[in-house]
Formats: sequence, structure tokens, C-alpha cells
Amino acid sequence: METILQGVLLGGLYGLFALGLSLMFGVMRLTNTAHGDFIILGSFATLSVISTGLTPIQSLFVTLPIAWLLGYALQRYVLNGTLGKDPLPSLVVTFGLSIVTQNFLLELFSADPRSIETDGFNTRGWALTESISIGVLPVMILVLAVSTTIFLQLLFKYTSIGRSFRAVSDDPEIAELMGLNSKKVYALATGLAFVLMSISGSLQGMRTTVSPSDGPMLLLFAFEAVIIGGMGSFWGTLAGAMLLGIAQQIGFRWDPGWGIWCGHMVFLLILILRPQGLFPKTRG
Amino acid sequence: MTQAEFQVIRSHPSSNALSLFAFLMVSIAASLPLWGESSWMREFVEIACYFIFAMMWNLLAGYGGMVSIGQQVFFGLGGYIMLICGNFLGVNPFIAILIGAVFAGLFAIPISVIAFRLQGGYFAIGTWVISEVARLSISNAQFVGGGSGTSLTALRGIDKATRESTTYWMALFCVVLSIWLVYLFLRSKQGLALLAIRDNEVAAQSQGIAVSRMKLAVYVVAAIGAGLAGALYFVGNLRISPDAAFSVNWSAFAIFMVVIGGIGRIEGPIIGALIFWALNKFFSDYGTWYLIGLGLLAIFTTIFFKQGLWGYVQQRWGWTLFPISRKLQTMGGR
Repeated sequence: METILQGVLLGGLYGLFALGLSLMFGVMRLTNTAHGDFIILGSFATLSVISTGLTPIQSLFVTLPIAWLLGYALQRYVLNGTLGKDPLPSLVVTFGLSIVTQNFLLELFSADPRSIETDGFNTRGWALTESISIGVLPVMILVLAVSTTIFLQLLFKYTSIGRSFRAVSDDPEIAELMGLNSKKVYALATGLAFVLMSISGSLQGMRTTVSPSDGPMLLLFAFEAVIIGGMGSFWGTLAGAMLLGIAQQIGFRWDPGWGIWCGHMVFLLILILRPQGLFPKTRG
Repeated sequence: MTQAEFQVIRSHPSSNALSLFAFLMVSIAASLPLWGESSWMREFVEIACYFIFAMMWNLLAGYGGMVSIGQQVFFGLGGYIMLICGNFLGVNPFIAILIGAVFAGLFAIPISVIAFRLQGGYFAIGTWVISEVARLSISNAQFVGGGSGTSLTALRGIDKATRESTTYWMALFCVVLSIWLVYLFLRSKQGLALLAIRDNEVAAQSQGIAVSRMKLAVYVVAAIGAGLAGALYFVGNLRISPDAAFSVNWSAFAIFMVVIGGIGRIEGPIIGALIFWALNKFFSDYGTWYLIGLGLLAIFTTIFFKQGLWGYVQQRWGWTLFPISRKLQTMGGR
């Protein structure tokens, strides 16, 4: 019972990781292999900003606009040129970015794991029963993950930005004929994805330690959550993340060496038994 | 018009010159153990493994259209199977290299069942997950040393000079073999089918090409090659660990070599491996900055020189060392 609860809470964090990946793939069919490294970049950005004396909440006002600008500029001036039927250019470029980001962080912050100081907030917990207690931070992360999912779903369904996201996703050429600039829309989507990555990066840094080489692992978790959940649905992604979190927690409880392995196995099983994912549907 | 008025041209002056040059080079290279230093041989073995691995990545991505970041799974499996054959079954490690390669190919069949459910970018990351599963599984397998790895003890009885020159010859043999096999494969009917699939899968299928069988064949061949590289590498290295064997860096370096040299051409990984070797020799002491440079170079090449270095040369001067294309020339009226 406690394992499942912890798994759901962990899944909340993975959900936040995965929503950005899901967003970028959904809007422009771009597989961002540097996703995990950008999350870690977010952790270290928050860490640096906090070390100047700001509180974690205040630091968001610095890191989030930077993340948005970085994402927007990266998509507009670099990644847009790599899109197309052939997946190779975008994969090579994002994979190159992954290596650059990873080694840049290694150069600046060394390989030591660090965590973001929250004055003990990360260890505070609520006792549910005699034996089970849950952390305040993980619950907060879960609430944030659910509200972000609702936010994205509403954004895609009701706003004009969401409509343009869906339009360029369905057919960029027709969308351009209707007066949209698909390159700008792509850049907006990546900007939004980067904000999500930055938030989830700082949360990861508060919840546990981060080190520059963690990126690929987070990418794989995010990716698994997207595939388990089924492409094209933010709720599916969140559910996939929960399932992944639960699988890993059960594995960890059984034997710490097999925790992540169990998560991977659930992913492979879903891929064999239900390749379209658990909740496939088109958005909107 | 009769058929005799046409001729299919399959070679090029530069390619004919190359066959002679290559024969000379290989003969000189084969005699290296007689006059060279042992550090040269070690270096050659290492770069040979990188090259074979890159060659197979090129076959998979450049010709098969399957971009994978998980080819290291076959590299590691090749290495571990070689080790198990050598250490536990008493097979001569040099023969075990070939067994490792064959088994890597056999493993590719069940792996493809899972991996082929994903396409494009998701295939790339999916194969990476599979490789991680292999790494974590072997990390928990105590009989091969678990996470900290183990040594290849089967070569203990052989003296250093014999071991090094045999490893070197084996590496040279594997390099020639893999270039030759890929070249023949691409010149064959199957190779033509493969190019057709790469250019347009639906059109190829409509012409009667068995697309899925062809893709599986390429995946298996690429796995055999990657397994060969892995088994060879760990015979040269004498020590294996899951983190080294299943490291994503193998794929990263292969991607770098292929992209720099030129994807979808046999010359690409050869040029790429030479550049990589030179960069590695002179700049690898810079550690993180060196890797940042490699990453930026790969990004830059992908955006501005999509065809890579050899692609540029080919377009500019029309050179081709490994002619796999078919050119139709009209004989009559000239």
C-alpha cells in the first residue's frame, strides 16, 4: 500500500518530466533527446540562482523567463531547420545538444551530486496512519503535475494558442495557408516545454540530488511514461508516469538493484502487449 | 532500339584506383607487427572497433533509415558472449569473437520484435531503453562480476607479443571483412532494394519489395557487426564492465563519425573514423571541452553540411571510392 502510494507520488514527478516531451512530440513530431539534460540544466540554474540568496519561489521569476526564451530561440533558430520527414537531423542535433549540455554542466559544477536547499521543506511529512507518512514536497509535486495536465488540456482545447498547436500538428502546410506561422508556433511550444522542464528540474533538485550525468536517465523515464500512456493524450502521459513510478517503487522494495529495471520491463511489456499505449487518443 | 545500345556503369576511375591502393595498404598494414610498436597495434585495434561499429550504424541509419541510439546493446552482448565463451567454455577467445558476433545477431531478432513497434525518434530512444535493460541485467549477474565487471582470463597463457599481434591481425581482418561485406551487400539486389526502401518505403513496397523482412535483415546484419566490434574491443582491452560495454558513448561516437564523414555512403564512416582518431589523439586531454567540441561539430555539420565531408567531396568532384550506384549510359549516337 505504502509502496503504491510512493509510486504514485514519484509518478507525479515523472509526469512533469514527460509532459514537456509529450508536448514537443505532439506539436512538431520532434523527439528531443536532450530533454533530460535540459531538465538537469533547469536544476542547476535554480541551484545557482538560489545561491545568490533568493528563495526557491523567487528564483522561478528568474529561471522561468530564461527557460522560455532559451526554448523559443533554440526552436526558432536551430531546431526548426532540422524538422522534416527524416528523423535523423533533429535526432543528431538534439543528441549533440545533450552531450554539450552535459559536459558544460560537468565543467561548471563538477560531477558531485548536489541538491537544492529548501530549509528542510523537502523532509517535512504528514503522518497518514501510524506507519504511513507522506512527504509534503512529493504531494505538492503531484498536485502540480495534475494541475499542469489540466492546464495543458484546457490550453489545447479552448485557447487560440492551443488551436494553433493542434493545427500545425495536424497539417503545418494547411495551417500556414490559414495564416499561421508554423515556425513561430513551434517556437512557442518549445518555449512552453522548456518552462515545464525548468520547473520539473528544480523540483527534482529539491526532492533528491542531481548530477550532470543524470539527464539521459530522466529522458528515458519521460519517454517511457509517454509511450506507456499512449501518444496524443496528456492524461495518458500522466497515467503512464504513475504506472512507471509504481513499477519502480515495487522493484526498489524487492531489491534496490532492480528498481529501474522493473520500470523498463513494464515499459517493454506494454510495448509488446499494447503498442498504442494505455490511453491513446487525439487531443481536443 | 536494341538493348546493346545501353550500358550500366558500376565503377568509376577513382574506385578502380582505390582497389589497387587498398590492396597495397592492407598488405603493408598486415606486416605491422613485424616492424611497428605495440602501442600502434593497440591504437589500431581500438580505432578499428570504433570504425566497425560506426560502419554498422551507418548501414542501419544511412541505408536502413533506422536511427538508433541503442546499438551499444549488441556491442556489449558481443563482448560478454565472447567473455563467457572464453572464460567458462574454454573457447579460444579469437574464435569467440566470431561467436560473440553471431550471437549478437541472434539476439537482434527478439529485440527487433520490440524495437520495431516504434518509429522515427521513438525507435531511437526505445533501443536505448533496451540497451539499458541489458546493462542493468548484466550489472546484477554476479557470475560475470556484476556491476564492477570482470577480466578476460582465457588469454592468460599466451605471451604478450603473440596476443597483441594476433589481436591486431584479427582487427585488421574484421575491418576488411566488414567493409567488403557491406560493399557487396549494397551492390547486390538486396542493396538496391534497401536503397529503394530508404528513399520511399511505400513506393518500394508497391514494387514488390518485402520491406519488413529487408529491415529485419539490415537490423540483424548491423547487430552482427556491432557484436563483432564489441567482442574485438574487449579482447584488446582484457577487461569488461557493464558500464563500459553498454555505454551510450559508443552510439554517440558512431553518430559523430558517420555524420561528419557523410551518412549513407561507405566512405563516410571511414573518413569519420580518421577524423575522430585525429581529434581524439590531439584533443582528448581537454576532457569535457573536447566532448563539447565534438557535440558542436556534429550539430554544425548536420545543419550546414547535411551530406557530411565525403558528400561534399562527391558533389564537388564526383569522386566515389565504393561505387554502389548504377548509372545508365547510352552507347548509340555518340
